[in-house]
Amino acid sequence: MSVDLILGILQIVLIATTPLVFAGIGELVTEKSGVLNLGVEGMMLVGAVTAFVTLVITGSYFFAFFISLLSGVIMSGLFAVLVLFLMSNQIATGLALTIFGIGLSSMLGKEYIGTPIDGLSPWFFVIFSFVIVFLVSYFFYKTKMGLILRAVGESHNSAHALGYSVIKIRFLSILFGGSMCALAGSYISICYAPMWQEGMTAGRGWIALALVVFATWKPERVLIGAYIFGGVTILQMNLQALGLRFPGQFFSMAPYLATIVVLVLISSNKLRIKLSAPASLTLPFYKGR
Amino acid sequence: MIKFIIFLSSFLVFAFGSANADPKKVGFIYIGPPGDHGWTYMHDVGRKYMESQLGDSITSTYIENVPENADAVRAIRKLADSGHDLIFTTSFNYMDQTHEVAKDFPDIKFEHATGYMQADNVATYSARFYEGRMIEGHIAGHMSKTGTIGYIASFPIPEVVRGINAFYLAAAKINPDIKMKIIWVFTWYDPGKEADAANTLINQGADIIVQHTDTYAPCQAAQKAGVYAFGQASNQEAFCPDAHLTSIEDIWGPYYAERAKAVVDGTWSSGDTWDGMDKGMVVMSPYNNKLMPASLIQEAVNMEVGIKDGTLHPFTGPIYNQAGELVVPEGEVAPDGMLLGMNFYVQGIDGEVPQ
Repeated sequence: MSVDLILGILQIVLIATTPLVFAGIGELVTEKSGVLNLGVEGMMLVGAVTAFVTLVITGSYFFAFFISLLSGVIMSGLFAVLVLFLMSNQIATGLALTIFGIGLSSMLGKEYIGTPIDGLSPWFFVIFSFVIVFLVSYFFYKTKMGLILRAVGESHNSAHALGYSVIKIRFLSILFGGSMCALAGSYISICYAPMWQEGMTAGRGWIALALVVFATWKPERVLIGAYIFGGVTILQMNLQALGLRFPGQFFSMAPYLATIVVLVLISSNKLRIKLSAPASLTLPFYKGR
Repeated sequence: MIKFIIFLSSFLVFAFGSANADPKKVGFIYIGPPGDHGWTYMHDVGRKYMESQLGDSITSTYIENVPENADAVRAIRKLADSGHDLIFTTSFNYMDQTHEVAKDFPDIKFEHATGYMQADNVATYSARFYEGRMIEGHIAGHMSKTGTIGYIASFPIPEVVRGINAFYLAAAKINPDIKMKIIWVFTWYDPGKEADAANTLINQGADIIVQHTDTYAPCQAAQKAGVYAFGQASNQEAFCPDAHLTSIEDIWGPYYAERAKAVVDGTWSSGDTWDGMDKGMVVMSPYNNKLMPASLIQEAVNMEVGIKDGTLHPFTGPIYNQAGELVVPEGEVAPDGMLLGMNFYVQGIDGEVPQ
């Protein structure tokens, strides 16, 4: 294999994996605070369509990403109000958010399907995805705020007793998760495959959710997991194109299989679950109890 | 109480069923969204054409983004339950689901696209896309400088394998050394993955991208990389004007109108329709005269004429399989039965069809 070929493969892997990193790290922060938001796919789609439509209307990449992030904040804000203040079930609400996002994005984008745009170079975002993982990791393990956020996710009652505002911290974590999902979506519709198509994220939101579990809730492992996933996908394409005989179906399924294996491994031992998953994940917090 | 409900519901069915006898209801099951500018888009264009032709005698509805699994049964059943008279299921892997529902609704007519199993109330229909693939292959044989073609395939079903073979046979006639690089992406619809596959193929030296998936992401990737591409299902020139050589367009409208009319008239019967360029079901988009020499465009047009009048067939012998066995003898053309079940590559293509 020549150097050019390998560099080319590396480029494609980086471009393909970046949206998984964004969505995965956003969801990780949300889950670390003790909230499971299954609306990743929906928020990504709404982020993708708002970025695309804004770009078509204003012609400004800056506005496109700004409005997209705003849409992520609004979508996840809606989720936050429902689960934090109205105590709705997180899993049901998250699923509803995805279904809502799929429908909303189709509606918003109806007039814009097939509008040609000039795609943006992905490299800024690729680098930014590494930076954000580093920042989140630093925040979690080197700052007091990060420690508080983790404490809220582990035991909201203790955190509350110590005087921390559980609701406020969770609210902000959910908003961060939402804006990262929207960023992942806008990256897809503006850099990765510059177009708007209904449902164009094609399940990447669910992969991001699986990644967080695969990473056992550790930021740098989200990055590693995402690159294993992206790498395997692109590598199997390369092997196919080289004419090697091997089961492509298996490699398409491998990342999901790996997630199940990790799930089985971490849940085979009660202590291990306690060490990895935030203990208050999906539990509602009632003030004053 | 239960008896009362049964009585009431049968009464309601009777009352409203008879009141709604006209117009006929035609339902469609789509694999993707109508906005994909590819496969589903063209079925929706066909549906609208049918509506415009038949006016008030029919109404039509569709369910989009129906996965090719048990969900499809629910979607098809939903259309059947809501009084549709004719239901088109527009993807190959709806086959079992279509038959499962059709068994329970013998009075409803079903039409399954690209399938091969018929029943009294299930007809099948498809277009001979491979005729267009032959022309694409011919063009690629002339236009490729690296002699490497990148082919993005969806699922290993006969329709896709047939396209690959038809393309290769025509391309190899022009350039016997031409190489096919094939990536199976195991999806019809994922712009990101389609773009990844296109970029991977270009990275490996392909200078022409052929796709059998549903969005224009591969064509866009080709445009960005400065190589050529063929579009899929609808004319994709607008999205990649500097890469797009031509597209194979699927024209379903006249067929849908004819079949819906048959239901309205009460003359519908099951059967298998497999039409090509001669009936206008497969059409080539305008050839890109900025990229292709006039002589090549003329050759392509001549091929269209030959295919239409039957003097040219993409699968004319001698054709060998990868093991070197003669599958179509010299001077003969492959019978439809072989084409419908095609699950092997012809000699000269590397790799094997995933099983």
